[in-house]
Amino acid sequence: MSANGNIIETRDLVRDFRRTRAVDRMTFSVEPGEAVGYIGANGAGKSTSIKMLTGILKPTSGHVRTCGLDPMRERVEVARRVGVVFGQRSQLWWDLPLRDSFAILGAIHRLDERATRARTDLLVDQLEMGPQLGTPVRSLSLGQRMRAEIAAALLHSPELLILDEPTIGLDVLSKQRLREFLVAERRQRGTTLLLTTHDMGDIERLCDRVLVVDHGRLAFDGTLAGLAGTVGAQRVLVLDLAQPTPDLLDVPGATLFESESGGLRQRLVFDAEATTVAAVLAHVSSRHEVRDLTIEEPDIEDVVRRIYAASRRA
Amino acid sequence: MVEVSEVSEVSRWASRCALRERLRPYRVLLASRARAQMQYRASFVTDILGTVGVGLAEFAEVWVIFHNVTVLGGLDFTAALLVFALSNIAFALADMFVGHLDQLPRYIRAGQVDAFYVRPLPLLAQLMTSDLSLRRVGRLSVALVALVVALSTAHIAWSAATVGLVALTVLSGTAIFSALFTAAGGLQFFLVDGAELTNSFTYGGSYAAQQSQQVFPGPLRIFWTFVVPTAFVAYIPAVAILDLPDSLAPYWLAWCTPLAALLAWVVAGLCWRLGTRHYQGAGG
Repeated sequence: MSANGNIIETRDLVRDFRRTRAVDRMTFSVEPGEAVGYIGANGAGKSTSIKMLTGILKPTSGHVRTCGLDPMRERVEVARRVGVVFGQRSQLWWDLPLRDSFAILGAIHRLDERATRARTDLLVDQLEMGPQLGTPVRSLSLGQRMRAEIAAALLHSPELLILDEPTIGLDVLSKQRLREFLVAERRQRGTTLLLTTHDMGDIERLCDRVLVVDHGRLAFDGTLAGLAGTVGAQRVLVLDLAQPTPDLLDVPGATLFESESGGLRQRLVFDAEATTVAAVLAHVSSRHEVRDLTIEEPDIEDVVRRIYAASRRA
Repeated sequence: MVEVSEVSEVSRWASRCALRERLRPYRVLLASRARAQMQYRASFVTDILGTVGVGLAEFAEVWVIFHNVTVLGGLDFTAALLVFALSNIAFALADMFVGHLDQLPRYIRAGQVDAFYVRPLPLLAQLMTSDLSLRRVGRLSVALVALVVALSTAHIAWSAATVGLVALTVLSGTAIFSALFTAAGGLQFFLVDGAELTNSFTYGGSYAAQQSQQVFPGPLRIFWTFVVPTAFVAYIPAVAILDLPDSLAPYWLAWCTPLAALLAWVVAGLCWRLGTRHYQGAGG
């Protein structure tokens, strides 16, 4: 670990490809144990910076340290301490039973056979992969393969787990299981997480901090709530009422967003800082019969789009 | 005294264990490659038959030539058979262990190279052990048969030195072809679809190694000796083993094959370094 204890540290990190600047003076640091969502459009510079963090790509200029090490000069040591999952690329041996991939990776990381088996058993148990151990990797479903990739990346108990699009193409249930596992892994081992994703559910469930990259630059660094706050995104309370009701215009702290079906369904926008769902609901149900309600969280895709628009104007 | 020898014994044992441990990942990787090929037994057998066919086709060329002439480039049939055998053994062995290095663009496209970068082993060692083309034993076995026939029918003044020379030749020849594949792999980092170019000195080198060097005009002979040193794979040692006259290939030169292999590896290492630097510069 570096002197100041950061597990990732970049300062004025720059990477040029011929004429384009893929990463532009990026500066951020991640402390051990954090879970950081790394989001941005395709080509924003996410993968390029991950490649610089892991020693695959040489920075054009600037400073980068992973686990306190220079990934270019100490790639092998970085590889011992970091686990990486590239969503679109496999770490596994497609033509052998899954079990063999774990055995090979154990040998690559110089774990002895007992340690490999113990760690494999634990991960397989947590990820519920037991029945697939004898299946050739090429026959696994996408969800199964992804879980196997994550187990493979965690086999050597890394301090930092970097996930590049871990949930891409997964069905709802597979996503859910994967997220639950990652939450548990963090809780048990304090593994630091850096994940890129297009799925805002991943960020909401897994990350306490968000980095937004746009055109190679860091456009935002803070909490998810802060991200929503910056661009004024608000939560929406959707009320299904028993009877067609006139527009709910007099609710304190909330404003009517839209009314459907002659007032049977009404959407109220409210600021979480100013009021609570309970207060809004109490106010409305004291006057009208409420049959059902849902809360729509800020659409983070939309928030990110607004961040882009703002950073482009600047 | 006893204690000292015991200590050195123990330390030797310890260092042997350390080496075993260092090599364990590669042993496991190669074993897994072998296992994977055995899983498709029918296709494995077909593949072996295929490479036997390649070996026989290569041999047919020698046979056809000597059906029409008795001597070519100073070699008679037996001598040509020895050159054929030595070069084919070396090529088949190198092809079996590192022949997939010239498939690098495929590895890059599949993202496999990035996966290698995030594993704690040297990149070249990982690539070398990422495949083991056992099907090449087909071509290897044709060449081994040719070697036995050539050595037993030729009039050779056998001595310990001759036996040593044969063994050394096979080792150096394999190392030379492996270096060519490695250099080809390194260059593939630059060249998009560069296989055509690099094939010219891997497969081209293999073809040149099978020939009597006397058939080549001067500049070409210099090229195959000093630039792509395939003359050292078979012809130069064969001349010494069979005690043939060639003023340009004195017998002592046959003992220089390790030197040629070493130089080939220096160049291969540079090509590889250049290639990986370029990759880290250009991105996948």
